[in-house]
Amino acid sequence: MMPAHNSRSRHFSVRLASQIDFEGWRNTARALALNDVRPEDVSWQTGEGGDLFASETPLPAIPPGAALNVSRAFVDKAQAVICHSDPGRFALLYRLLLRMRETPHLLKIASDPDVIALRDLEKSVRRDIHKMRAFVRFVRVGDGGDERFVAWFEPDHFIVERNAPFFVRRFAGMRWTILTPHGSADWDGEELTFGPGATKADAPKEDASDALWKTYFANIFNPARLKVKAMQAEMPKKYWRNLPEASLIPGLIKGAEGAARDMLERMPTMPAPHHAKIQERLWSAPAEEPPADAKSLADLRRQAEGCRRCPLWQDATQTVFGEGPHDARIVFVGEQPGDQEDIAGKPFVGPAGRVFDQVISEAGIERQKLYVTNAVKHFKFEPRGKRRIHQKPNAGEVKACRWWLDHELGFIKPDLVVAMGATAAQSLLGAPVPITKMRGETVTRDDGLRVFLTIHPSFILRIREPAEADAERTRFLADMHKVKELIG
Amino acid sequence: MSSLSTREKLAILADAAKYDASCASSGAAGRNSLKSKGIGSTEGSGICHSYAPDGRCISLLKILLTNFCIYDCVYCVNRSSSNVRRARFTIDEVVNLTLDFYKRNYIEGLFLSSGVIRSPDETMAEMVEIARRLRIDHAYQGYIHLKTIPEASDELIEQAGLYADRLSINVELPTDAGVKQLAPQKKPETIRVSMARLRSKIEEKAEPTLRTKKRVRFAPGGQSTQMIVGADATTDADILSTSARLYSGYRLRRVYYSAFSPIPDSSAVLPLVKPPLMREHRLYQADWLMRFYGFERREITAGRPDGMLDLEIDPKLAWALSNRHLFPLDVNRAPREMLLRVPGLGAKVVDRMLAVRRHQRLRIEDLGRLCASIAKVRPFIVADGWSPRALTDEENLRARLAPPARQLSLF
Repeated sequence: MMPAHNSRSRHFSVRLASQIDFEGWRNTARALALNDVRPEDVSWQTGEGGDLFASETPLPAIPPGAALNVSRAFVDKAQAVICHSDPGRFALLYRLLLRMRETPHLLKIASDPDVIALRDLEKSVRRDIHKMRAFVRFVRVGDGGDERFVAWFEPDHFIVERNAPFFVRRFAGMRWTILTPHGSADWDGEELTFGPGATKADAPKEDASDALWKTYFANIFNPARLKVKAMQAEMPKKYWRNLPEASLIPGLIKGAEGAARDMLERMPTMPAPHHAKIQERLWSAPAEEPPADAKSLADLRRQAEGCRRCPLWQDATQTVFGEGPHDARIVFVGEQPGDQEDIAGKPFVGPAGRVFDQVISEAGIERQKLYVTNAVKHFKFEPRGKRRIHQKPNAGEVKACRWWLDHELGFIKPDLVVAMGATAAQSLLGAPVPITKMRGETVTRDDGLRVFLTIHPSFILRIREPAEADAERTRFLADMHKVKELIG
Repeated sequence: MSSLSTREKLAILADAAKYDASCASSGAAGRNSLKSKGIGSTEGSGICHSYAPDGRCISLLKILLTNFCIYDCVYCVNRSSSNVRRARFTIDEVVNLTLDFYKRNYIEGLFLSSGVIRSPDETMAEMVEIARRLRIDHAYQGYIHLKTIPEASDELIEQAGLYADRLSINVELPTDAGVKQLAPQKKPETIRVSMARLRSKIEEKAEPTLRTKKRVRFAPGGQSTQMIVGADATTDADILSTSARLYSGYRLRRVYYSAFSPIPDSSAVLPLVKPPLMREHRLYQADWLMRFYGFERREITAGRPDGMLDLEIDPKLAWALSNRHLFPLDVNRAPREMLLRVPGLGAKVVDRMLAVRRHQRLRIEDLGRLCASIAKVRPFIVADGWSPRALTDEENLRARLAPPARQLSLF
């Protein structure tokens, strides 16, 4: 970097060491900015030759104590933008640097013309880098210990140095060289080095794998969906000359219409010869249907898998049937499976299930001895982004599902049923029940079955206030102690 | 069959795989080959290494292990009754093709799917073995996407997740009734439960283990699925509702919509029409609105009595035109979630506007420089120096904003 100072107009002609000499630009820009040199008084050049009228004078000294602070974001952007081939990039960066002294938040003003220009340059460097990662094609030369991979690529900007570490990370186990008109990068398996530019003639022509790659390219293409513009938007023609597969494109486009029409017009043929055999061997046996008339709880469970008594099955994953010993003395009934129960296919495994487990174990009730089920066997919810929001089942759904609950109880014949929450109580007693008023009470149904009423453990989880939640948990625990007493 | 060369098999088994729309190679955990001295890396966003003239990106070597299949799904080119040529790769052939292609920088990784031969477990086991050999024997760090066979055993799914970046199970068709009708041997119930199983495995492995406090790598790119659009009579409203269910229930990274495309030797049951590409495009736009723009599924199709998205204009513009009472919006005051609903304003532009707004007021000229097309935005906003006055409620607004009809595909 050799700055020159023209004393008459205070014009600075700056020569940077290379096209991507960020450090040189940074040092120069810092010294000029701290001396309030206006952007129009600086001209930027790179490499040899240049402005004949520039006299070689040093940069103005930085005034003592003066410092220049810029955001990390600007440094990052500047490092990228330096790689652009636009000769105006150094001046743009310097202009922004000066303007940021007045307006530190300048980069946030996305509608500012200089900021837009910066963004555009950055974007096109980023795109060029991305396309290089995409369209470099390595050709293998040599065999065994001499194996190397060489590529020829023509980027729009000076991105080889900036992009080479990507290829190191990706192809660390290969020895490779990427040649471009402006410079080359070489990785010998240990060290990355940069060399001078090359020409296409320096690169090997064709790889043995190209034929396979072209086969793949031709066959992954669907002629019924021809969208040439979409292809060219992402893979502009300028890249085609270095892509082995691109030579196929004109032919594929030309043949597409015919190939697609052919598919449409050709009459469907007779089934393939092996088809009948497969049908016979694998699919001829009628699918195993669950027993029409359940003789056991296991039969009932199988029937319930295909339940269509209400529409809730449509959005749920699966029927979540009751679980526990078939001769359990107590049956606990909740409302409906939640998100986690729906996924696991088991009742009471989610957050409310964990509260339930803790509290009953504190009350001395063993879960293994209980039969646990729900009034409604499918999860009802409203999708909200990545979550499913629980929705209360309506009376019709509860009624439809009561059929299953009645039959579960019919097979188990428990001494006591615990209704947790209003939905369970309604299902078991056939009418709405004011749970908060009647909790802790036992109601005997007409058929003699005793139903103990309590809240649903999820109620505890919904209370925001910790002290209140604790109190509610204590009440629930007291209820569970009563249950324990009731069965002795 | 044994007489087929690798190249002939590749022709058959790439052709057989092309109806799967998924091509993403993104979302994987950061990984490179610096330590292993093998090859391969994944750095978050995927790279499209080529484009076919169908406009689709070619990022992965997308092939089937075999196109022999015991299922007879009418929409599928590989169904058992089809007369297409059949082939079957050996495990080594797939491993070598992947490595050879990767080393030339043709691809970002492997997307392996398969017809089901003999039993689901036998087929899945071979697919898992291919992934294992790449990862373990060849220290391959590139992307791997395995299509999971719903009926495969838990153990195989577990292993698949250890080696693969992404797993997917295709729901095939948007409704269970559609699956029953067109893929009679597939069980929608099993597909749902398999997706649930994948979600719980992914979540379980994301928790640090108690002893080592380390997380086990399990399908870091998550799971995705695909459904075929236009093979049955399902409406867009029902398709989007299925998507909403899938995203919320199984935490899918992506739902792919694949316009039903004529296939060689197709079945007489199916509509022999050109693929509904615009419909597919609109579904992707609507999907985007649900995932990134805060739209509920019902809002998107609310203004459409037949449940089908407007093919002429994009779903956001369609929504805005039928909700004009909410506009014009003052861009200097409106909250982010409302700005996202303005036609022509993307998420990036909205965030830039918000950043500018913290320092200065937005003029219409600012917006002109920020948006790709200000004409579409203008009727719906108020900015310094601009008010749409009666334009927002103008009767022919739709006609002014709808793009002129154009030929979509050459047929």
